[in-house]
Amino acid sequence: MTTIDAPRTPHTPVTKNRRVNWEKWGWLYMRASGILLVVLIFGHLFVNLFLGTGVKQVDFAFVAGKWASPFWQVWDVLMLWLALIHGGNGMRTIINDYAHGRPRQVMLGLVFAAVAILIVLGTLTLVAFDPCPTGADPSLLPSFCPASSK
Amino acid sequence: MSSQVARSGAATSTKIRGPKRPAGTLYRGREGMWSWVLHRITGVAIFFFLLVHVLDTALVRLSPEAYNSVINAYKTPLLGLGEIALVAAIGLHALNGLRIILIDFWSVGTRHQRLLFWIVIGLWIVLLAGFVPRQIMHIFFGGA
Repeated sequence: MTTIDAPRTPHTPVTKNRRVNWEKWGWLYMRASGILLVVLIFGHLFVNLFLGTGVKQVDFAFVAGKWASPFWQVWDVLMLWLALIHGGNGMRTIINDYAHGRPRQVMLGLVFAAVAILIVLGTLTLVAFDPCPTGADPSLLPSFCPASSK
Repeated sequence: MSSQVARSGAATSTKIRGPKRPAGTLYRGREGMWSWVLHRITGVAIFFFLLVHVLDTALVRLSPEAYNSVINAYKTPLLGLGEIALVAAIGLHALNGLRIILIDFWSVGTRHQRLLFWIVIGLWIVLLAGFVPRQIMHIFFGGA
């Protein structure tokens, strides 16, 4: 005698499906990082584009002055990682919606490479930053550098 | 088919017309669809700006001169207006992102998704009303 499964029984028992649900974590990441990015990016825009003389205040000395503080170092490195992964995952979603086969694979590879390279480049830029490079034009250096003429 | 409609229309003096746009879907052509379209367009635009922005910032490792010469491009009137477009895109993406989170996690978020869209538009206009005059002041009247 054959038996029939109860209605709505999953094809594979739920308890046996122990693989990580990456799509679920990606979905959750977009929301969690999104909330943090609203704070980080609005703060970034407010300080760099709204306060003071806005975009016209931004130069090497301005960046060096900000990165002299661990507060802005952590702020910017968090923004870098969260935004690039958020953006890369968003691009992945869109590519998966519209592309198929080989073009899809190529575009996914390009997005992944761009995100990975820029995370490494951006992090190195911040970690290895020298606010007072030797031999630089003294008028371009922040005022706290010994060689500065400001 | 059309002749049948015309004949019955003559009897009742009304004509039956097909719907102007596909009917019967929740999202098509309404706030839900347009918020989704705008979220995608702004998201892609911000992503490409982010790629450029990390590269131009990395120039601080090359030399102060290299960084300043490239960042000076952001201070021109043309890119000053571009920054308004950038802030507009980021503002819309951010506010609609918060709307999406409310729809996903707030028990009555889905029911109010349409109202939430118009709240997003309202807050976005307030945000731009704060930024745009300030940016125009900086770009066109801010000296060197």
